[in-house]
Amino acid sequence: MSVITKFTTAAALGAALVSMPLSASAEEFITLGSAISLTGKYSTNGLHAQNGYDFAIKKINDAGGVDVGGTKYKLRVIYYDDESTPARGAQLAERLIAQDGVQYMLGPYSSGLTKAIAPVTEKYQIPMVEAEGASRSLFNKGYKYLFAVLSTSEQYLASAIDLAAGMAEREGKSPSDVKIAMAFENDPFSLDVRAGVADDAAKYGMQIVVDDKLPRDLSDMSATLTKVKALKPDLLVVSGHSKGAATAVRQIGEMGISVPMLAVTHCEAADVTGKFGDTANGILCSTQWAETLTYEDPFFGSAANYNEEFKAAYPEYADKKVPYQTAQASAAVWVFKDAFERAGTLDKEALRDAIAETDLMTFYGGIKFSAAGNNVAKPMVLRQIQDGIYNVVAPPEFASHELQWPRP
Amino acid sequence: MWANIDLLIQVPKLAAGLFLEGLLIGAVFSLIAYGLALVWGVMNVKNLAQGPFVIAGGYICWYLSTLGLHPVLGMFAAAVVMWGLSWICFKLVVSKVLELDMFVSLLATFGLAYVLEQSLSLAFTQDTQTINLGWGSLDVFGDGLVLLAWQKVMAFAICCVLAVVLVLFMKRSRMGQAIRATAQNARAARVMGIDTDKVYSFTFCLNGAICGAAGALVAMIWVIQPFYGITYSIRAFVLVVAAGLGNLPGVILAGLGMGGLEQFGGFIIGAEYQQALVVGMLLAVLVVRLLQQSRKRQAVA
Repeated sequence: MSVITKFTTAAALGAALVSMPLSASAEEFITLGSAISLTGKYSTNGLHAQNGYDFAIKKINDAGGVDVGGTKYKLRVIYYDDESTPARGAQLAERLIAQDGVQYMLGPYSSGLTKAIAPVTEKYQIPMVEAEGASRSLFNKGYKYLFAVLSTSEQYLASAIDLAAGMAEREGKSPSDVKIAMAFENDPFSLDVRAGVADDAAKYGMQIVVDDKLPRDLSDMSATLTKVKALKPDLLVVSGHSKGAATAVRQIGEMGISVPMLAVTHCEAADVTGKFGDTANGILCSTQWAETLTYEDPFFGSAANYNEEFKAAYPEYADKKVPYQTAQASAAVWVFKDAFERAGTLDKEALRDAIAETDLMTFYGGIKFSAAGNNVAKPMVLRQIQDGIYNVVAPPEFASHELQWPRP
Repeated sequence: MWANIDLLIQVPKLAAGLFLEGLLIGAVFSLIAYGLALVWGVMNVKNLAQGPFVIAGGYICWYLSTLGLHPVLGMFAAAVVMWGLSWICFKLVVSKVLELDMFVSLLATFGLAYVLEQSLSLAFTQDTQTINLGWGSLDVFGDGLVLLAWQKVMAFAICCVLAVVLVLFMKRSRMGQAIRATAQNARAARVMGIDTDKVYSFTFCLNGAICGAAGALVAMIWVIQPFYGITYSIRAFVLVVAAGLGNLPGVILAGLGMGGLEQFGGFIIGAEYQQALVVGMLLAVLVVRLLQQSRKRQAVA
């Protein structure tokens, strides 16, 4: 090949490359960015979140996209795999913003990753709507560009305290007679959950008879449960990710521990009904969202409708529950669409202000941000496992079933 | 804290329950530490992949149980598969670093641990898994106060049987004798006609099989997840160091002691100090041993 032909080929190629964006200009895009865990220890949930983002984006694009000041834009996302490591997440956020020119961010999976990325988005003043970081430590740093659609972690089991107080009154006792045993894993998330429980218990003047912090690396809680057996509390509260849930349910059964009320986080992640059958009955499980809730919006429809459509789009979820991680990821995308349309401009500062003023009812629940950026319009939901089925029992206004008390 | 001690004095049955639970827990850790001590003593390789080997064994047993194989049989299958996997690891990685600096073998086994964790995570996702045999519990005193899960009792029994078999094997069999000879002095063993390469490969595979069996037990009495291996690595290290290198019966005693210490410590001063107690025990043992040795040195001088 002569030098000239080489040059012309290169020039032709170059011209083709330059002309490509032009030929695609019939469609305008808004590009969001997200570092998300697609490998490593959070990859299962990272994928749930990504599917939630993609499902909402496809649905919005299919319905015509986002209308910003009269122009229709399609949404798209640049994803990078953060390998479930915070340092990598922060690097990738830099790359998304500084190199790829991303102006709007969707959150990563987990509080730890969100904590690593938020300082970066703050530095570049990039609005980030996140759906998977619940730690309350995210919302006391004075971040201006961070918004979270989910309930914060100290709310996870706090409503169990209200339920216990209600039951005590029904039995003709005072809530301050209620004895509580707490077993929480010694990690930031679970300790947040514990703080919420302890605050609410103090409000009622309840007595805390066991307050154990389980070592992160040990999957045996027989010492703690022996104490529970001896002290006979009215309520046992356990949180320690899926390991904690599985260990608690298993050993409560094995050691014959009987408490009238038992509240746990991560029941579904640990599949306690599938693994332990009848032992799991009567347990109160906290969740951000459930498809049986009566929430509704005009775009996704009801929670049940979201559940159905999502399963149709992602058949791999057909025989399991759609995780709340997915629903809240979709809700985060919806917040962006809503804010863009209200802002009427692509300017990130105007968008940030529009997000801050969000006041939405969605299939996922209400969304309204506090000045700190957390969602204050959606309560945590408590479901009780009744004959192997998760039924919503609190908060009362969305409950579909009565609480079974005492636990069988 | 005093209230908890008071409780134990008032209801001695609870103390007995804690002691028994401690034994049952300690036995499983002893088994894992035994394998580590073997590899450490014979090959001077500190196997950082010990924990992930255990978890891999657990997953093999769990996976076979979902296909319908009884978990107790699955335990033997896990041991056999882990024997094979260890052989591959040995041929590909460990045999290449045996003669090299200690840090190379540390890095190599750390790498193995990482690869194994990620492979398990890709193959089985990060959901926690457990095997529930539904065997119920043993009511120790007949009044429902102390219940021990039959699965844990069975795991304890299996650990005891395996320990006896291992000790007899090391004492009586030709291979066991060769392993001990190699551990004492590899060069002398070679001079005496022992094929030390074969001994190394056998030892590493034996450890893999022990981990496989232990992993199956872990899956039956607790929960497994691809990234939980580190716990077992750390505890096995603590036990081996506490017992003293080459002191295999010591490893077993240390394991049982650690189990008991954790249970009582967790009950009396709270679960968050369980780990501190274990590391504190290690520290105490090291200090005592240092003092003993310094006395010895003075005597020689």
